[in-house]
Amino acid sequence: MSKATIVLEVLRYRPEQEQEPTFQIYESEYREDWVVLDAINHIKDHIDGTLSYRWSCRMGVCGSCGMMINGEPKLSCATFLRDYYPDPIRVEPLANFPIERDLVIVMDDFMEKLTSVKPWILREHEKPISEGEYRQTPAELARYKQFSMCINCMLCYSACPVYALDPQFTGPAAIALAHRYNLDSRDQGRSWREQVLSTEEGIWACTYVGTCTVVCPVDVDPAGAIQQAKLSTTTDWFRDVLMPWKGR
Amino acid sequence: MRKSSEPVFWFLFGAGGVIAAFLAPIHIVLTGIVGPAGGLESALEYERVLALVSHPVTKLYLFMLISLPLFHWAHRFRFTVVDLGLRASKRGIAFATYGSAAIGSILSALVLIRL
Ligand code: SF4
Ligand code: FES
Repeated sequence: MSKATIVLEVLRYRPEQEQEPTFQIYESEYREDWVVLDAINHIKDHIDGTLSYRWSCRMGVCGSCGMMINGEPKLSCATFLRDYYPDPIRVEPLANFPIERDLVIVMDDFMEKLTSVKPWILREHEKPISEGEYRQTPAELARYKQFSMCINCMLCYSACPVYALDPQFTGPAAIALAHRYNLDSRDQGRSWREQVLSTEEGIWACTYVGTCTVVCPVDVDPAGAIQQAKLSTTTDWFRDVLMPWKGR
Repeated sequence: MRKSSEPVFWFLFGAGGVIAAFLAPIHIVLTGIVGPAGGLESALEYERVLALVSHPVTKLYLFMLISLPLFHWAHRFRFTVVDLGLRASKRGIAFATYGSAAIGSILSALVLIRL
């Protein structure tokens, strides 16, 4: 009996040889327990070694294998072929980012946005190591834990219609991470981050469509983080205006 | 002061949303459906209603009931229009939408004050 196969329509873009991206049809071996990434690796190893894409962990941890699969941003290592079989599957690079080559996108914009919110613990004064660590209770950890699970896969940026229209938007993951540090009892950088977050390109660009939360593979709920950030910024605003003597 | 005045509009949007979702339907049912169907005959007599809405607390309540949902609409409409492609005239759209809500609020205040 011949082996089962599945058709993958893969976007190709080789800037040295073509102006516009094109689709290439591959017929990969099909196995019930294979994910889309397995099929792409099979193509790379046995059919066409020139295909370029990113991946590493194969287990939904590294966040590098994001692709548009039938138009939806997904981790290709967590998307089973059997959910599409026997229909063909269309595989494209993540939407809303420039294409570097084939399925590889240019992620510079995301990296800039991420660093712009300083997603690390900011202290006004670092205490000396001799004074010991910054301790935290389980309840304090629970406040931000969900928002700390981000694997930087950028699926939320691909899903976000606001980012698609306005690339200046700081975007879901960066805001969720900023919020994660704002909620951290060891951090003191909130008013600093607010200068980036509380702008028209920051939280206020979000119209709460919520697709970021739908596509997030690790349930970070960036849309929820943005709404929470809007609420705390609004509270700060009213406190600053109504009680200016209560400086922060 | 924060960098953006957005918190004010967002607050009005949020407050208007709550009113539009929870209070407006009650009024629509009472005065729009039950009343005309004859269910509230004595309660909706002209004199009684006039006395009710002439009370300052009722006036304030009615003002919020009218004004805040206008700002809710303004915020939604502003972002919808911008997202539909009028990004370039963002400021003008914000001005027009919140301006309309403000005019509506002023008119309703005038009507209520004169009652
Ligand atoms: S918030 Fe979720 S979808 Fe967005 S980058 Fe992080 S893990 Fe990916
Ligand atoms: S390969 Fe690491 S998340 Fe898919």
